[in-house]
Amino acid sequence: MKTLADLKKIREKAQEEMKLRGGNTRIKIVVGMGTSGIAMGAREVMKTFLEEIANRNLTDVLVTQTGEKGLSSLEPVVDIIEEGKPKVTYGNMTPEKVKKVVVEHIVNGRIVSDYVVATGN
Amino acid sequence: MSLKRIDLLICCGSGCVSAGALKVKEQFHNVLKTKGLTNEINIIETGCMGPCDYGPVIVIYPEGVFYKKVTPDDVEEIVNEHFLKGRPVKRLMLQDEEDKTFLTQKEIPFYQKQVKVALANCGYIDPESIEEYIATGGYEALGTVLTTLTPQQTIDIIKKSGLRGRGGGGFPTYLKWQMVHDNPVEEKYFICNGDEGDPGAFMDRSLLEGDPHRVLEGMMIAAYATGAQNGYFYIRAEYPLAIKRIKMAIEKAKETGLLGKNIFGSEFSFEAEVRTGAGAFVCGEETALIQSIEGQRGNPTPKPPYPAVQGLYKKPTVVNNVETLGNIATIILKGADWFASMGTETSKGTKVFALTGDIRNTGLVEVPMGITLRELIFDVGGGMIGDHKFKAVQLGGPSGGCLTTQHLDVPIDYESLKERGAMMGSGGVIVMNEEKCMVNVAKFFMDFCVDESCGKCSPCKIGLKQMLEILKRIDSGYGKEGDIEELQHLGETISKISLCGLGQTAPNPVLSTIRYFRDEYEAHIRDKSCANKVCPDLMHFEIDKDKCIGCSLCARKCPVSCISGSREEKYTINQLSCIKCGTCMDVCPVKAISKIPGMHPEVKAMREAEELQKQNQEE
Amino acid sequence: MIKEICQKYAPRKDNLIQILHEIQDQDPQHYISPEAVDTVAEYLDIPVNHIYGVLTFYTMYSTKPRGKNIIRLCESPPCYIKGSDNMLRKLKVLLGINIGETTKDGLFTLEFTSCLGVCGNAPVMMINDDVYGDLTEEKVEEIIERIRGRR
Repeated sequence: MKTLADLKKIREKAQEEMKLRGGNTRIKIVVGMGTSGIAMGAREVMKTFLEEIANRNLTDVLVTQTGEKGLSSLEPVVDIIEEGKPKVTYGNMTPEKVKKVVVEHIVNGRIVSDYVVATGN
Repeated sequence: MSLKRIDLLICCGSGCVSAGALKVKEQFHNVLKTKGLTNEINIIETGCMGPCDYGPVIVIYPEGVFYKKVTPDDVEEIVNEHFLKGRPVKRLMLQDEEDKTFLTQKEIPFYQKQVKVALANCGYIDPESIEEYIATGGYEALGTVLTTLTPQQTIDIIKKSGLRGRGGGGFPTYLKWQMVHDNPVEEKYFICNGDEGDPGAFMDRSLLEGDPHRVLEGMMIAAYATGAQNGYFYIRAEYPLAIKRIKMAIEKAKETGLLGKNIFGSEFSFEAEVRTGAGAFVCGEETALIQSIEGQRGNPTPKPPYPAVQGLYKKPTVVNNVETLGNIATIILKGADWFASMGTETSKGTKVFALTGDIRNTGLVEVPMGITLRELIFDVGGGMIGDHKFKAVQLGGPSGGCLTTQHLDVPIDYESLKERGAMMGSGGVIVMNEEKCMVNVAKFFMDFCVDESCGKCSPCKIGLKQMLEILKRIDSGYGKEGDIEELQHLGETISKISLCGLGQTAPNPVLSTIRYFRDEYEAHIRDKSCANKVCPDLMHFEIDKDKCIGCSLCARKCPVSCISGSREEKYTINQLSCIKCGTCMDVCPVKAISKIPGMHPEVKAMREAEELQKQNQEE
Repeated sequence: MIKEICQKYAPRKDNLIQILHEIQDQDPQHYISPEAVDTVAEYLDIPVNHIYGVLTFYTMYSTKPRGKNIIRLCESPPCYIKGSDNMLRKLKVLLGINIGETTKDGLFTLEFTSCLGVCGNAPVMMINDDVYGDLTEEKVEEIIERIRGRR
């Protein structure tokens, strides 16, 4: 390393690795991981999100989880939270649906209305 | 490549490690592996998070959930509930007296009045990862200084910030730098003083363990400003983890090209290495420290010549404390004005304090200068343990002084503490409740200083010993009229004429306790009574015959067989043989034995008779 | 072996303290023998008495053989306030030795140390390089028993 620009490169890469601790995230994906969510396959949904996002190298997306949301019949449930926009909730998610949500919603900003079960808070 | 969804931060500062953090970490590794979650969760070892009392502590991001006193047995539940189901485990969260539960680290009152500058990354990043340090803006200050500022401009920024040495004396940092900068000698050295000897102070250890790159960067900036080509970290051998971490930081910085020749493409080249102490408190004194690095006994040398003129290997040398260096990079990045906006007229910025003793939240805190003792002890520190009352606080370790309730609203800065007979020292805050005997505390500190005196100059070697003898005399019931005045006279003289800081400040605990607790000294001397029942000769044990059930347990357990009696007559203590070990009180099943203040009349009479006999013999 | 340790360092006097540390750490009895002193004196070309001066100045060096495990109980005020003297009593009973002594089986040496800087978890002790905090008499017993057990 010889310049401040070199340092900046290292910094940006490292910040990426640390983004869970509060960096710049554009979109937060929250998977409902209550007992019923897990029973309905939330683990697979979560894993698929993690893989898809990693594969696409999306650096500003955070995947996290929450507890039971009381929407048992719609499990697995996923919230997509984007700064300045109403929250979008997808229900009855499967790994296949996750792939589509990532491509359409996360990458291109187009909500996949077929899977939406609620919007807003 | 895998994307992680949880950062699990495990505090691996020495406090939490001593409480079992490594076993918790191991258990997390095991459980995550069994459950196939290793790809989703990062386990990060951080430096000290501060609230050592609650150790082992962990923080889970992205939510920032804070768990205290985690044991390996809790791990499975955390993984099952929190990691898999998103339900944080309430019973491991911090609760206050009103049963309010705190979910995240930010909500906890302990953290709320704190402003973290030097400790900004402690407990937040992995100290063994240079990348994580860089992610928080690390080494940018160094790059900026080397590529855009002259050494003098760098010194000017530190001057404007008002930064003063955090190790004790509070000498303006820029002044030391300026003196070495102005010295025309080519070969110069920079030393980071990590010989944190003050009992009750552990901020330097925590900073070296928790964010070693920050200290290294601070040293490099300072070395550039002063013209030093070589740096030494002198760290006491009692801190093996700090030594390991700073060595690792130096290696990583070398690999990354941040340490060595022509750093950031500039003319500046720098090498750093670690030297360890071997158990000598006096080596915290800068001239003694230099002797020790040179491979000698750590005896202080007279000043002048100051190290800035003739230091290590007789060359101009700056000696800066760890915490002082921990502030440098942030001052450069955020500006001198930002730093100077915190604190008081004469003391700028923040200071790290180590809270210990009878206080609820022991641990490490960083607060703006000028905060009052009340805020520090009762708000940040959570007040006293149990129903106890605050009695006194010893600030600045064995070189500092005791302050009392009347000082609770004093703003903490270098000058206001000094005025009242205490000192900032390195920032150790030992809080004491009403059960402590101040004569005993003063004796304890004096004992420490006598032990640690290097023996080179007479005032310290002989004078302190003399003070200790008087204190021992008072403490064991042989105190005489005039002892207090003699202690004061000796103390003031020793302060004035000792060679180094150790001797100059060693009388402080005695002088300040006399100043604020003179009545306790007087009661010890005149009434032969320790009101707090701490000094063994000035209290006694008594068996309450109404409560005693005559079980004989005390008599059987007494190591000197000084308790006698029977089931009918109950038991009594032979006061003349009692050694005050307290075993009888511990074993009594009905709590019939208690401590009573004051020397027992029989013992008093015996001692008076002995005294008389001695006088007669002399005549 | 001592010679090998010396040779890791440049033959300069200022490496003395580091060399002595390493010799002591490597010695199974955690001390610095007269032979070791002679070897170091020769290697660094300094008088033997200078080395003894250094050895006696710093409390962490020992010129007497010590036990396999060195227990260092912190004797500073924060630990004292939190009851370190009870731990000392317990250790003395458990080990049957006083401060500065070594058990007959050569397993433990009991020493005091100055502040270990783990005051938030007082009282504390260090056994070799491991620090044990929040001590109680029960915990002390458990730790000692565990070390005895893995002998």
